[in-house]
This record gives sequence, C-alpha cells and structure tokens, in this order.
Amino acid sequence: MRESSPLLAGLRKRIARLAADGGLESRRAEGWLASGHASFDDALGGGLMIGRTHEFFAADALDATSAAAFAALIALRTPGKAPLIWLRTNDAGKRAGHIYAPGIAELGGDPDRLLLVETVDPKMLLACANDAIRCAGSAAVIVESWGKFPLFDLTAGRRLALGARDAGTTLLMLRLNATPAPSVAETRWSVAAAPSRELEANAPGAPAFDLELLRWRGGPAGTHWRLDWNHDENAFGPNADEAALSGALLPLPARRAMASHGAAAA
Amino acid sequence: MRLASVDAAALAVGLRPGMPLADARAQIGELAVVPHDPVLDHGWLDRLAQGCARYTPLVALDAPDGLILDIAGAVHLFGGEAGLVADVEHRLVRLGLTLRHALGPTADAARALARYQTRPAPDEGQAIRRLPVAALELEAEATTALVRAGLKTIGDLASRPMANIAARFGADAAMALRRLLGDAPSPLDPRITLPPVVAERRFAEPLGSTAHATRILAELTTEAIGDLSERGKGGRHFRATFFRSDGLARSIAIETGHPTRDTGLVMRLFAERMDSLADPLDPGFGFDMIRLAVPRLEALGASQLKLEGGAVKDAAIDELADRLATRLGRGRVRRLRPADTHIPEQAQLELPAADAPPPLPWQEPDPGEPPTRPFHLFDPPQPIEVIAEVPDGPPHQFRWRRQAHAVRRYEGPERIAAEWWRRRDNGGLTRDYYRVEDAQGRRFWLFRHGLYDEKPDPRWYIHGVFA
Repeated sequence: MRESSPLLAGLRKRIARLAADGGLESRRAEGWLASGHASFDDALGGGLMIGRTHEFFAADALDATSAAAFAALIALRTPGKAPLIWLRTNDAGKRAGHIYAPGIAELGGDPDRLLLVETVDPKMLLACANDAIRCAGSAAVIVESWGKFPLFDLTAGRRLALGARDAGTTLLMLRLNATPAPSVAETRWSVAAAPSRELEANAPGAPAFDLELLRWRGGPAGTHWRLDWNHDENAFGPNADEAALSGALLPLPARRAMASHGAAAA
Repeated sequence: MRLASVDAAALAVGLRPGMPLADARAQIGELAVVPHDPVLDHGWLDRLAQGCARYTPLVALDAPDGLILDIAGAVHLFGGEAGLVADVEHRLVRLGLTLRHALGPTADAARALARYQTRPAPDEGQAIRRLPVAALELEAEATTALVRAGLKTIGDLASRPMANIAARFGADAAMALRRLLGDAPSPLDPRITLPPVVAERRFAEPLGSTAHATRILAELTTEAIGDLSERGKGGRHFRATFFRSDGLARSIAIETGHPTRDTGLVMRLFAERMDSLADPLDPGFGFDMIRLAVPRLEALGASQLKLEGGAVKDAAIDELADRLATRLGRGRVRRLRPADTHIPEQAQLELPAADAPPPLPWQEPDPGEPPTRPFHLFDPPQPIEVIAEVPDGPPHQFRWRRQAHAVRRYEGPERIAAEWWRRRDNGGLTRDYYRVEDAQGRRFWLFRHGLYDEKPDPRWYIHGVFA
C-alpha cells in the first residue's frame, strides 16, 4: 500500500492534467458557422461552433439530399475560398446521388471549393476523415455515411472530435438512413425537407428545411426550426409560409424575397 | 488446342510448339499442361525488363519472350561486355529462366543474332552474314522465295545489289536487310523514357531491411531535390525503384498536385504509398540498388511565405489532397469543373485533384428564382413509374424505390434536346424535365425520355433530388 499511494497520487495528477487539457469543451470556440437566420443563430449562441463535431441525421432516407445540402450550405456560406472537404464511400453516388456542382452553383455556393474524396469502405473513410480533420485551413469536413456505421463508435467519434478541436476544423457528420445514437457531437440534428412556398403557377419554391435539434451540449435541445435558403442573400431565412401565418415582423431578406415574388406574380 | 510453347525436356522427347495437344498427349502420357496466358507472360516479361533497368535505363520489350538492352556507355560499370553478360545470366538463371543472348552493333542485329544464330563466327559482321534468311522475318512466301533462289544466308543476300533485291522480293526485304546490316537505323522503343533527374545508389552488400532502404531513399530524395533546385524546377512525379539481388525490381511512384522541392513531403507520400500497398515491399535476398527518378518536372521559383499564413494553409490542403490521392488512388480525390454542354449528366467533370485545370465560372443563379438543377444527380437516371397526362402533361404521381409520391407542385417541362450536332444518329431522344414537389415537401427532378411523336411509350426517370 505504501508503494501504491505515490503511484495513485501520480496517476491522479496525470488525470487532472489530461482533464485540464483534454476535455472536449476545454477550448473556447474560435467562431461559429452561422446560418444567417438571426433567431436560429442566437438560440445556439452564434451558430454551429467551429472546431467541434456536428451530426446531421436525415429524418428519412429520402431526406438525404436535404441533410447534405444543409451541411454543405452552412459551410459554403462562410466567406473566402477555404475548401470544403467532402468524404464519402464510393457507393454513395448510387444511393444518395452524385454531388452535382451546377446545382450547388445555383444555390449560390462555389463548387470550386469542394474537394471530393471517395473511399472504398467505411474503415478507410474514418482513416481519411482523421487525416482531413487534422488539416487546418478547410471551411469544414463533411463525412457522409449511409446506414449504420458501427466503426464510428464513441472512441472513433472522440478521436475525430479531439482532432477537430486541436486543428480548429469543423467536422460535419452526415448520417444518412441512420437512427440517432449517443455520440460526442456538440450538436445533433435531424434534417428533413419542408414544403416550399409555392411560386407562380404552383411551381416549387426556394429550398426549405425542417430542423430538429436533438442534442446540444451547450443548452436545451428539442427545438424545431423551419428555414428557407435564400441564395440571393447567401443565407438561411425564416420559412416564408410560417412567417406569413404568424404575421410576425419579417426580417429584411425574407421581405425582399417576398416582394420580388409578388412582383413576379403581378 | 495446340501447344503454344514447350520446355527443354519436352523438346528432347520430340514435342514442338504448334503441335495439337491430343497428339502430344498420345505421345507422352504424363504431360503437364498449363493454359497459355499471353497477358500474364507479358506481365512477367515486363517485370524482367524492370529488373534489367539496373544495367541501363534503355530497356525495350521484344514480345513475347525477348528483351533488348541498349548498353552503350554502361558496359564499363560491369567490367566489360563479358562481365555484364555474366551478371545478367547469373541473375536470370537463378529465376529459373533459360537464356540466349547476343551482342550486336544495332538493336535489330542483336535481336537476329540472339534468335537465329546457329554457328559461331569470328566477329559480329561475319556472324550476321552467316545468319539464315529467316532472320529477316519476312512473310513465309518471301522467305521461301529467297531460299528457292539459292539465297540461303544474309551474306548471300548482302552480296547482291540492293536494287535487285527490292525489285524482286519487295521493299520490305531490302529494308529489313539494311536494318540488319546497320545501313538503316533500327531505333529502340524503351519501356521507360529516360527521366530528366535520376539519383541512384548501388550496394556492395544487399540491404535486407525495408526500413534501411527507406532511409537510403530519403538520402536519394535529398540528392534529387538538390538537383531540382539547381535547375529551378520542382518535381510532380517521383518514382523509386528497388532492385533486388535476384534480378527483379519493384517500382513505387507518387504524384503531387503542385511541383515540390520538399524532401519531407516527398518522403511522407512515399511512406503513405508503402503503407497502402496490397503486397508490401519485399526485400527477398536484399536490395542491391535503389534508384529515384523524377520523370515529371515543372518550373518552381523560390517562394516566400505570406505573413498572415494563407500560403501555409493552402499548402496544408494541397498536401492533404496529395496524401489521400497516394493512399486511395489519384482518381479518388477529385475537384469539380464545368463542361460546356447542356446534357445534365455531362455538365460537370469530376477530375483528379492533382491535375484539375484552373477553375472556370459556373452558371450564376437567377436572382429570386429557385434552383433549376438538383443538388444530387443520379447517373444513370433511375427508372420510375409515373401517372401523367398524355402526351406532354406533368406527372401526377410517381413511384420510386417502391414508394409512391403524390405530386403537389410542379414546374416544367424544361425541354432538353439531344446533341444532334455531335452524333450521326441525332444523339438520341429529347427529354422533358419537370421539377416536382411531393406532399412531404421533397423536391425531385423527373424527366420523360422521348416525346410521344419520337417514341410510342416513353419511359420516365428520376434524375436528381433538389435541396
């Protein structure tokens, strides 16, 4: 016992040192990936925290595109030319579809910022994600997976989260066709497509997203949002239908968008 | 089925290539037969050629079973021609090969001597003159005609005026003869062209460990990069070749997206490449030579780092792209570039990040309008069952992946015609695209492949999904 007590004391000291340096929340945020929607960003303290992991679950297999587009848009709306590194397995093109640059360009994103990485299997996907996340200078790293991802367990998640924290990169985990499970992510979202505001002649309007905050380390979860993407402002805005129903005072971008729709209709 | 090739023992008992297999089996009961695989044979020949690059970089394949080495200027390294030949024989016989070699003043002469020489001769000139006319490798009738005319050896033929030979046996015969005699050039087509920068090291004692070989490779990299910086160039492509003492060699290549003179980067990429090899680098009985070649150079001036560190971050991303491309294969790390066509699936090019051209402008979005192109595209488009008005009404309901979707909103058609100016068959059918939204708010891009006057029952497909 006498030998072990200094040993134990040493271990305790070491744990204390590790905890001071190694906790996921130990470092202050360097900034936020903001959506551009004021109340959404305020509720999260500024947006999605940079240097953290954020998980996006598609509410349904058919909502894969909505989840992918939300993650891509929130990363691509950051100013500058920093690349968005997108890792997926090589069967993703068949399942969710190929990432289509003309579509991204029409959403106001810059497809030249995309760096696509395709791996053969999920194991390689994680290995490459570990490398990508440790490389400073990217706007974000999107790791797309389909279905259950047993390799991405708590240990793998923590390793990625620590890498992201140390390099100051943001990891956006895109979990398609999967059910939410506990992880070390800062925020966890469920994303679904929302009906768009109809345009002239019953045409579908701007992209609309239904978001549910499933978990947030920094505060209460369970909040719902319905956001529209406005590519002229390069920002998310309040859903046009909801705003019209509630009669609330509209922020400037949405009002301008509606005015232009009105002008088109007239 | 016929015998493609036989070994010495089979030759001794009277089997010949070209013999029917049934006859051969009738003669020899316990005949061991292996199916002929020309591709595998060629691969083996190529590996041997790679191993022979230790003697000279100019090695040409002479399919199916020959190698031609241009040893001009390389002989002294092995103590003369005899020393070189002995070294080649020593190594290749150990691999279980039966060799037949010849030295000649030109590639064609050496080749003919190796394949057709039957009697020894005092010198090369005499030896060539004593070769049979078959050494010209003309067509069978031409060879027979020469023999019937009493011209049995190259010497017989060479003593005649060239014009007569050309007139009687064709220009091919005259040309082949002139090449054999060295009057006409017989250029070699080497397997690998000579790289501009090479650093190599030979060892008296073979290296048994890969780790040691990697250290030597790092030294060679430093040497090659010194050479590069003297020229004001950077390397885009590095190839390390490890020559084993048993005569085989293994090449490992890496590529960078930008010209580089960074030893650390090159070595990291090599380490990445070696880690990702399916069959690891095997020293066997040891490496006795390592060569580093830089086949592709590009101008690279001296650079200064920016104060705010932007260049460092860009370099970090470039290095990441190189590293992932080395691990996964160059085609798996890609950038997107626009292509000038309105066929949706051809409007984007996915190019390897290492050699993607500089960015071109993309189609700008129309202010106030929702996107007309999807976020995800299916290539090929996936067939769906659609209920729609005939002939060109919008879809009302469709079934995709065993799930029915009721269309609430739609826009279209956007008619995209085939590229009739590019293809002789008018390029196929016209497509009518509809942007639709279902009851849950999901937006899809559907099209009808063909108009009703082009095709009686056009099919519907889903081509993409909008955000």
